[in-house]
Amino acid sequence: MRRKILGAAVAALMATGPALADLTIVDTSYRTGPYAANGIPFSDGYQDYFTLLNERDGGIGGEMINLIECETGYNTEKGVECYEATKGEGALVYQPLSTGITYQLIPKATADGIPLHTMGYGRTSAKAGEVFKWVFNYPANYWDGASLAVKHILDQNGGDISGKTVALVYHNSAYGKEPIRTLESLAEKHGYNLTLLPVDHPGQEQKSQWLQIRRESPDYVLMWGWGVMNQVAIQEAVNIRYPMENFIGIWWSGSENDVKAAGERANGYKALTFHNLGSDYPVYDDIQTHVVDAGKAAGAGDQIGTVLYNRGMYAAMLAAEAIKTAQEMHGTAAINAAQMRDGMENLEMTEAKMAALGLPNFGPEFTVSCENHGGNGFGAVSQWNAEAGEFELITDYYQSDQEILAPLVEEDSQAFAAENGITPGC
Amino acid sequence: MPEQFIWGIEVFLNGLMAGVLYALVALGFVLIYKASGIFNYAQGVMALFAALTLVGIMEGQVPFSHLINATFGTEIHHFGWHVPAFAAILLTMVVMIALAWVVNTLIFKHLVNQEPIILFMATIGLAYFLEGFGDMMWGSDIKTLNVGLPQGINPVIDEVTYNIFDYGFFIDNLDIVATVIAAALVFTLIVFAQYTKQGRAMRAVADDHQAALSVGISLNFIWVMVWSLAGFVALVAGIMWGTKSGVQFSLSLIALKALPVLMLGGFTSIPGAIVGGLLIGVGEKLFEFAIGAPYLGGATEIWFAYVLALIFLVFRPQGLFGEKIIERV
Repeated sequence: MRRKILGAAVAALMATGPALADLTIVDTSYRTGPYAANGIPFSDGYQDYFTLLNERDGGIGGEMINLIECETGYNTEKGVECYEATKGEGALVYQPLSTGITYQLIPKATADGIPLHTMGYGRTSAKAGEVFKWVFNYPANYWDGASLAVKHILDQNGGDISGKTVALVYHNSAYGKEPIRTLESLAEKHGYNLTLLPVDHPGQEQKSQWLQIRRESPDYVLMWGWGVMNQVAIQEAVNIRYPMENFIGIWWSGSENDVKAAGERANGYKALTFHNLGSDYPVYDDIQTHVVDAGKAAGAGDQIGTVLYNRGMYAAMLAAEAIKTAQEMHGTAAINAAQMRDGMENLEMTEAKMAALGLPNFGPEFTVSCENHGGNGFGAVSQWNAEAGEFELITDYYQSDQEILAPLVEEDSQAFAAENGITPGC
Repeated sequence: MPEQFIWGIEVFLNGLMAGVLYALVALGFVLIYKASGIFNYAQGVMALFAALTLVGIMEGQVPFSHLINATFGTEIHHFGWHVPAFAAILLTMVVMIALAWVVNTLIFKHLVNQEPIILFMATIGLAYFLEGFGDMMWGSDIKTLNVGLPQGINPVIDEVTYNIFDYGFFIDNLDIVATVIAAALVFTLIVFAQYTKQGRAMRAVADDHQAALSVGISLNFIWVMVWSLAGFVALVAGIMWGTKSGVQFSLSLIALKALPVLMLGGFTSIPGAIVGGLLIGVGEKLFEFAIGAPYLGGATEIWFAYVLALIFLVFRPQGLFGEKIIERV
């Protein structure tokens, strides 16, 4: 009798559990907690794209995508729990959307042989693929962001910013501190003066920092913030009448959520981005038809075209393209995590490929290789148009200063390799 | 006059204003602790819930719309009307009173005479429940709160100080409004506690709830009243902080700013919350200005507020205005 019950239980589990042949993708989302307003649109975009592939194309290469959502609440411990709980499902890749979770997962994922994709966040020097074999951060990283911001300031000033002052208002955490080294190196090269203004978590009170900015009147203010810190900083900048066109945020400080509280007065605020904006792309028509109208959307379907929805969708699209690359490389549709890593390492995003996907000019063209897991470091600048209620791209994609960044990446990754006994190589 | 000194005055004034905002949060803690001995961990979440409810009512948002739409396949989000700010504040207050009644009837009524730690644990549970409930009811997107409060630099102060010091001070209009409201609130609460029948009953319950019961004071009524008052204070704090940063779930973290204020001002004193708030606000801002930013790399405000509170605790454990506990053998 006991054996029969056991057999029935196993059969039931096999019937209800995910088919191992499926392509398993884990969405480590945060739909609750202080950062939910940012986590929801990203997760909606991420899931809706995979749902579209399942509904419209029957998966990827004939293999259905098994999407598992795990709530992290943007909490590092919960993020690690999600990883541990789902890795056994055959997850192909993790995209944790948190620098804190990323740092915890780097050794774990490396040991388990599961690739991480930390798009525009995480450990910058993971770009060095010969050291960080299982970590990817294409198409751009924080140091690219710092360089892109300075390049934009250079463009605004005819290429000469010597003697100018640049203040960095940053989240006082590993994430916020990431660009400091790059900005210091760039200050040496271009001769500007850098002022550092840390803001403690969560960043609801920033009066001291903005009084200092008002007193010192820096020519430009850069911001590395997340969540409520962004909204308060933009509000305070408006309050002290800081010229918004000289206020530039990293891509995590550049969503509609960040400028909402300040309203029309935030007009002109700038933010970096590594993908395009809005919903004027053929793929969104497909998402509307096959996902939203079919009642299969991850959320309410009201986030389509927002900055963070687009970013989540872009992250999913890059994962899907890496799966396709891996399937072609290995001649099998049902790839595993190691084969996924190969697909990511050989990913090539061209304009022709993006146009064919219904996303013309949506992101920069880039290639990934064993040595370079971070892409080519291209990004663009967007600006908030309060009247239209949207961010608009005001530059083409342009490349970060690789002359400065490459040695920094090399130095940091080699130090990591030495600390962890890793022999770099491809 | 040296530049540093003039800037120091500006920082001092802004510290006072920030302190008022901290005190607004601390007041809610004090009210409940004073009347029931409960350290209400949920006070920050109550501010969030009140602000969410206010925006929801003002915008004519359908409560639980995501849940309704997911269950019945409908697409309803808004009633299609907008409620004026004043009416919405009154309606929100009704919701907060209802919440106070529910909290008392379902939770604290059953925990009378329990250890303080049990009551504290219950408020932790309440905080998490209320956060999730608020999420289900109103959604977790960031909402803009505009009840007509002015924001931005006060031009009069800017001009007057410029004429005197050759440097215009930055004082935020919202902070000035918050100061006036907080002063009015404290005055009203003190008058209420000292001169009204209900206020005296509240103090009697705070002193000894069994003795209060024996003279016919309804413990239930007093607790519901106190939780309603704390709900009102939470609503005021939610409006002030929500106007600044938008109404979002991190609003519940403003409770963190109230803790050093309570340690310094005492858990049982309404004026203590205000004075404590002002001391913390001024102390942390001046320290950041004079020492933190120039010598320690900045971001010293949060920890320095606690250091300041700890120093006071060492010399006066009951806080500046707290009641001294003397236990005789």
